[in-house]
Amino acid sequence: MNLFSLFGKKTFPKGIHPEGFKEETHDHQARRLPFPTQVILPLSQNIGKPAASIVHVGQQVQRGELIAKADGFMSVPLHSSVTGTVKKIDLVPNARGGKEQAIFIDTALSSTQSLLAHTPVDFEKMSRKEIIQAVQNTGMVGLGGASFPTHVKMNIPDDCNIHTILINGCECEPFLTTDHRIMLEQVEYLIRGIRIAMKSVDAPKAIIGVEDNKINVLEAIKKHLPDDGSISIEAVVTKYPQGAEKMLVYSLLGEEIPSGKLPSSIGVAIFNVATLAAIGELLPLKQALIERIVTITGDDLNKPGNYLVPLGTPLSHILEHAEFTGNEAELILGGPMMGMPAGFLNTPVKKGTGAVLVLDKRATKRDDILPCIKCSQCLQACPINLNPSELGMLAAKRQYDVMEEKYHLNDCFDCGCCSYVCPSNIPLVQYFRIAKTLNRERHMMESH
Amino acid sequence: MANQPKIDIRTSPYIRKAPTVAEIMRNVVYALLPLAAYAIYQFGISALALMIVTVLSCISTEHLFCKLSDKKTTIGDASAIITGLLLAMTLPPGFPLWMGAVAGFVAIAMGKTLFGGLGFNVFNPALVGRAFIQAAFPVSITTWTPALATDRFIEFIPSTLALPFMKPVATAEWTAQVSIDGFSGATPLALMKFQGIMSDSMDLFLGLTAGSTGETSSLLILICGAYLVYKNMLDWRIPAAVIFGTALSAECLYLLDPTKYPTAGFMVFSGGLMFAAVFMASDMVASPVTPKGIFVFGLLVGFLTVIIRLFGGLTEAVMYAILFGNAATPLIESYTQPRIYGGK
Ligand code: SF4
Ligand code: SF4
Repeated sequence: MNLFSLFGKKTFPKGIHPEGFKEETHDHQARRLPFPTQVILPLSQNIGKPAASIVHVGQQVQRGELIAKADGFMSVPLHSSVTGTVKKIDLVPNARGGKEQAIFIDTALSSTQSLLAHTPVDFEKMSRKEIIQAVQNTGMVGLGGASFPTHVKMNIPDDCNIHTILINGCECEPFLTTDHRIMLEQVEYLIRGIRIAMKSVDAPKAIIGVEDNKINVLEAIKKHLPDDGSISIEAVVTKYPQGAEKMLVYSLLGEEIPSGKLPSSIGVAIFNVATLAAIGELLPLKQALIERIVTITGDDLNKPGNYLVPLGTPLSHILEHAEFTGNEAELILGGPMMGMPAGFLNTPVKKGTGAVLVLDKRATKRDDILPCIKCSQCLQACPINLNPSELGMLAAKRQYDVMEEKYHLNDCFDCGCCSYVCPSNIPLVQYFRIAKTLNRERHMMESH
Repeated sequence: MANQPKIDIRTSPYIRKAPTVAEIMRNVVYALLPLAAYAIYQFGISALALMIVTVLSCISTEHLFCKLSDKKTTIGDASAIITGLLLAMTLPPGFPLWMGAVAGFVAIAMGKTLFGGLGFNVFNPALVGRAFIQAAFPVSITTWTPALATDRFIEFIPSTLALPFMKPVATAEWTAQVSIDGFSGATPLALMKFQGIMSDSMDLFLGLTAGSTGETSSLLILICGAYLVYKNMLDWRIPAAVIFGTALSAECLYLLDPTKYPTAGFMVFSGGLMFAAVFMASDMVASPVTPKGIFVFGLLVGFLTVIIRLFGGLTEAVMYAILFGNAATPLIESYTQPRIYGGK
């Protein structure tokens, strides 16, 4: 039993309380962003294998048309977000500092941009396997930012029995309000998506978890819940990182996911609200994921808000429409705690991009890194109960193997709470990411 | 394009909310100031002079070593001021000033710089300084003078102005002059240990007894500590564990033989225990970070304090107990790593 729940508040131990800044966009209904003149669609939009292009330069494509097919089960197809002409297939810089293949499509300016139509299907009559296939066909990945192929998540191993699916509507990252808007504006899609997901994993029960700073969502959704009680909604305490899988499982069910295991090992599957709302909308129409709601917010924007953005839209187009007025900024894809930096104005919005955050004055100043004073603040913030102080000192000594073997480095999920509270400005999580990458590379070398 | 921003790159998180190290240290100084003021009220200008000397000595030593090693000076982080103040508070109020200067130098040089500066020190630097001079000047450091002497604001305690390397000035005569009710020059602990006299716990709590410059009023110490806890700049678990450890050990012994051993209350409120628990044991750098480790550390310090006080030769036992605890910290930590989420 979760001790915190005894007092009526569902939450997890530790974590942090960053300022939300959500009021800047949470009342902004999602509006459609005008089509850019060109979209850039990287073939790799998901964890796993990139899609394989099936178009050639000069080819005309319609909005919603398949342009790259899934390359095996750990891959999802990619569809054109505009009607237009394939301009080139070339490299674009990606967030990890490398480059990746992308299909560039010039928008046909005279086109009405109507969607390629398909015959609708009834998911109630589909088998589990058919649903999983249909989900893969939509090109769906976790829209909360993880970009894990949704159909793979639904493909639960036979020896696991899923008793509950959890729907993550916490949106614990500051600034972000996409999920908030989706839960208000797309309740019917969301409920349908939940039922599809329940069917896909054969779960009898679903719980939507929403942070208690979104009371209007609780009211809006409660009205639409089915009478049989199979789907319920629960408020959880507003705290970062409430929306992390491990935290949400603890808050809602009072259970821990064993270290190194998947949620399915304790009979749980977790989906993001945006993902399920998109499935609920697209799957019955046999449409694919070609646009998404993105929170565009931060410093020096005249028109922050939530926008329906075609995939592949470059950041320059977004800044123009949100009327960026500053002259220096950090561009972040996602929230300020875990988002990815974007180094180029032609960086495109991808399936996993829930927000474009422009940070200038509200970003932390760069300061000298001081030695750890062992204040233990990081230990009191880490939701996994790691010892970031010790891990940080080991990282400085490059003892990456000790970090992994003795101090559970691999259980760190990069939430950044430790860096957030450190008075010595030690870039703890930044060190840990490097350490994990280097360890992975070392293990790969060793196994070859 | 409306505006082409100059893009700046780094990895997440992009926001942070933490006091700076200098802010934390400055607040500790603020919390020590009322104690310093109270000490000056009790012991007069001698206490003031002693504090000024130790603080200046600490700051200049730190500055000097930074210069010698070609580093940017670190005196801005205020931690040297803390060391200086802590040091003064653990010395007798009439401690010769030149010895205070030596103590400050040793505290910073041996207790801090030698290890690599703030963050790398294994021991609380002030305690290193104090341990050194306890060995070097055993007489001066156990020469106590009474609180609230009449002329304390206009006249130095004679020993204060002793010249370097001269035979320490005897204070006994002066003490006899200024004290009203036959002050014996003994602290409550010494009275208890060597003469079997128990001081009143209430007097101890309010600080109306002889002792080190800053060790006296438990009440004021607790208030100042509470301020830091409120600011989230002091880990309350450390003083709590030390006090608990002391009380527990003392109570066990007291129950064994009430005629021979003092009560837990006496142990907790006497001899600088409270000051040491709140301001010295809690030195972040030299104490454990793990939750269980903090508790073990506190219990150990409390236990050792009682043992050294009752069975050892040193009355200011808590200082040594903390040094010992500091030394044991890496070991304690290695056995008290927290259980992780989803771990065994
Ligand atoms: S928060 Fe920073 S300074 Fe404090 S213990 Fe952790 S790493 Fe060290
Ligand atoms: S980033 Fe890792 S170590 Fe830091 S608080 Fe989060 S889980 Fe803990």
